[in-house]
Amino acid sequence: MSEQDRRVGRNARMYGGETASSHVAAMPIWRYRFVLAIIFMAMAVLVGRIVYLQVVDHQFLQGQGDSRTIRVQNIDAHRGMITDRDGEPLAVSTPVVTLWANPGDLPEDPVQLTRLADALGERPSDLMARVQNYRDKEFMYLKRRVTPEPADRVLALDIPGVHGRHEYKRYYPAGEVTSQLVGMTNIDDHGQEGLELAFDRYLSGRPGQRRVLQDRKGQLVRDLHMIREAHPGGDVTLSINLRLQYLAYRELKAAVNEHNADSGTMVMMDAHSGEVLAMVSLPSYNPNNRTSVDPAGLRNRSLTDAFEPGSVMKPLAMSAGLESGKFTPDTPMDTSPGWMMVDGYTIKDTRNFGKLDMTGVITHSSNIGMTHMALALPDDAIWNVYDSMKLGHPTGLGFPGEATGSLPSPFSWSKAKRATLSYGYGLSVNAVQLASAYTAVTNDGKQLPPSLLKLNKPPEGHRVMSPKTSHELIRMMETVVEPGGGGTRAALEGYRVAGKTGTVRKVGNTGYQKEAYRSNFVGIAPASNPRIVTVISIDNPKGKEYYGGLVAAPIFSRVAGNALRLLDIPPDDQSKEAPGA
Amino acid sequence: MMMDYWQRVYRRSRRQYQRLSWRTLHLDPWLLLALLTIVAGGLIVLYSAGGESTHLVEAQALRFAAAFLIMLLIAQFSPRTMQRFAWFFYVVVILMLVAVDVIGTHAMGAQRWLTIPGVIRFQPSELMKLAMPMTIAAYLSRRVLPPGWLDLLVCLLLMGFPVALIANQPDLGTSMLVTASAVFVILLAGLSWRFVAVCAGFGIAAMPLLWFNMHQYQRQRVLTFLNPESDPLGTGWNIIQSKTAIGSGGIHGKGWMQGTQSQLEFLPERHTDFIVAVLAEEFGLIGMAVLMSCYLLLIWRGLYMATQAHDTFGRLLGGSLILTFFVYVFVNVGMVSGVLPVVGVPLPLISYGGTASVTLMAGFGMLMAVFTHHKTTPR
Repeated sequence: MSEQDRRVGRNARMYGGETASSHVAAMPIWRYRFVLAIIFMAMAVLVGRIVYLQVVDHQFLQGQGDSRTIRVQNIDAHRGMITDRDGEPLAVSTPVVTLWANPGDLPEDPVQLTRLADALGERPSDLMARVQNYRDKEFMYLKRRVTPEPADRVLALDIPGVHGRHEYKRYYPAGEVTSQLVGMTNIDDHGQEGLELAFDRYLSGRPGQRRVLQDRKGQLVRDLHMIREAHPGGDVTLSINLRLQYLAYRELKAAVNEHNADSGTMVMMDAHSGEVLAMVSLPSYNPNNRTSVDPAGLRNRSLTDAFEPGSVMKPLAMSAGLESGKFTPDTPMDTSPGWMMVDGYTIKDTRNFGKLDMTGVITHSSNIGMTHMALALPDDAIWNVYDSMKLGHPTGLGFPGEATGSLPSPFSWSKAKRATLSYGYGLSVNAVQLASAYTAVTNDGKQLPPSLLKLNKPPEGHRVMSPKTSHELIRMMETVVEPGGGGTRAALEGYRVAGKTGTVRKVGNTGYQKEAYRSNFVGIAPASNPRIVTVISIDNPKGKEYYGGLVAAPIFSRVAGNALRLLDIPPDDQSKEAPGA
Repeated sequence: MMMDYWQRVYRRSRRQYQRLSWRTLHLDPWLLLALLTIVAGGLIVLYSAGGESTHLVEAQALRFAAAFLIMLLIAQFSPRTMQRFAWFFYVVVILMLVAVDVIGTHAMGAQRWLTIPGVIRFQPSELMKLAMPMTIAAYLSRRVLPPGWLDLLVCLLLMGFPVALIANQPDLGTSMLVTASAVFVILLAGLSWRFVAVCAGFGIAAMPLLWFNMHQYQRQRVLTFLNPESDPLGTGWNIIQSKTAIGSGGIHGKGWMQGTQSQLEFLPERHTDFIVAVLAEEFGLIGMAVLMSCYLLLIWRGLYMATQAHDTFGRLLGGSLILTFFVYVFVNVGMVSGVLPVVGVPLPLISYGGTASVTLMAGFGMLMAVFTHHKTTPR
């Protein structure tokens, strides 16, 4: 058959013509077309369906798809560091790994789970019970905040369903020495206490966000794009000198233990800038191990505890007398017979000091001398001095839980109240307020606001007394530490010290208590050119000794001596040097 | 002399060259082109669907290379040989199906595989997709057409036994396709329309009966098809995910290996039964249009080839094979796009899978044989 014949034959069959063979039944052309039409229609249905899904329903289904796969993920911002004034770290964030699991993906195989438990350092039976509890959940913590090396060992087991998330953990190198001051963060890295709370927003920075593609198991497949970069938190440089802080903590702890006191606090302030160089409180706690934190240990008592200051206020009250021009350090003052009546109240000295001058009133801490002076001054003179020194006002440090103390309004004052105010009763202050007030004495009459942050240049300060008065006060306070004064145990070898002791009866539920005291001491050194102001307050010493001069003053001696040497301050007292040296 | 010799050699070689046509090779270039296009495109999609695994693509390519050889081989047999061989083949496959029932290998909740240890593991039910139309066509082509009642009864018996065996495995998809292949032969043999209408009526009436004979998982699939959102995390999962994948592809698609639904393991069975959703997500409506056009051209050409058969057996067999192929495509794309309930039918020539691709290519070999073999001894 030629090529042409074949073609003719084929066409003939196709168009319903005679078949080449009688055996081949006729396939009518209409039936062929009918079958073809059905096929085309069926295909059209499918194509129509796909067009519907991909064009009409596209937006909806695209959204459905994206909602399954696209996630916005937070990127933890590195929390800023808290350091002392020399850059020593006080709070740092170290990288840790939180191990978690999708319980549904974990293998049932006990062998695998045992390996996992071993790597986690957990009893296999405990882990299996825990996994069983969470079987129908999609998330469980395996172990939070593990250091990177053991976490990598767990992840290296490559057990399905086990994941690691990188986080930061806060670590406090100075531990309990700075714990109440620096404070702490919670497990979610938010500030909870102290400066961690006060500067939380600044320290924590701003977490970033990125859009990522996740697969069905929640595994990150790839980054799509960064929505916002993580903005790391800022570092905070404190005014604290960590070496002085350690020193202060050690000595305060020794004293609190020795005298079996309830608590104690110490603030050491730079005499010319108001920067807090050390701030310690007892009891304390270890912020790196919080399994048992005593709530009492959380208090940063220099700021959170207000107390009646007592005799440590006398030099400040004295400034009112010196400023008035009616009194000088040499003005004679008769304190006989050691007691007096004011408005029906009895005011007593510890003994009859007889005839003194104003310096002697400070040296012997005479309440009667202070009362005579106060009553000779205008009604509000002492109150004005205290108020201008911001006693009973917020310190402005913004420290959480600060107790501002109180300085009652003067308008309804009786003579007795004016008298008691002059020797430090009838008002309450915190240790930082007191130290700040004394910077007026050390800074030529200009009081400096306290600062917990390192300052580049000292603040101007505001004048609360004349330079002359401040110099006279220092001189008067030096006599307290000199032989015959009430605070001789605060004396230092090689340095001149100015100080004032104070012992107050504590206020209980039924007025002043007989057997509960607070021992206070304010110290300034070196007296010739003051560099540090220190306030020490010991609450309820239960030993035989409770006078400020016996409990608080020796602490000053031990701390200030070492502190001045650490600060490289030259000795100013030649009198105690060996002759001929 | 020498001259004469060279002339003879020249003429002979030229004659041989002229004889070496597609028809002497028993191949159809258009069908071959369509097949190769779809298979090649399928391998590209498979690379993406299989999680960028070259291993998967290699295995599939190797399998199709073997399948093409089998196609070439089968195309060399004349339809008359196939007709004679049909009954023997049918009996052998029936025996295999019985063997599956007795000693078959379990996998994925069904007993479908026969394993000759160390040699091969295959599904005899796939072979029935060839044996069934061959046998029915062989039987009917010897009868007077259109077939009478008695012929129909014989055909139903021939069909019913293996279909029951396959449905019992259970394998709803394959038993349905085997049934379709037999029904197409009968329809093409010129069954009267009145009869078809009556049968269709009976079929619809028998639906509840079918329902009560279905396995629980099969019933669940039908219920899920009717309302996928009723159980979105369980049985509705597949269809919801595949619809999402197709729809999120849009017109242009997300690009090769960029599909999120398919790449992120949301889409189940993405390299086997649901592979078309991967294609739709990554290549969009355009890709789907190309795919459907290729299939349509293939079916059109195949149908034409069947009509050009030189005897009734060839015409019935070829027509049934190509129409079954169409059902394959329709059911698979229909189920993945949510038009039809989920039955385990792969996308022909593209889905990853063993025996199915070989039997498909063998079927195309038969179609080519039917089209290219002359009737050598007219009776």
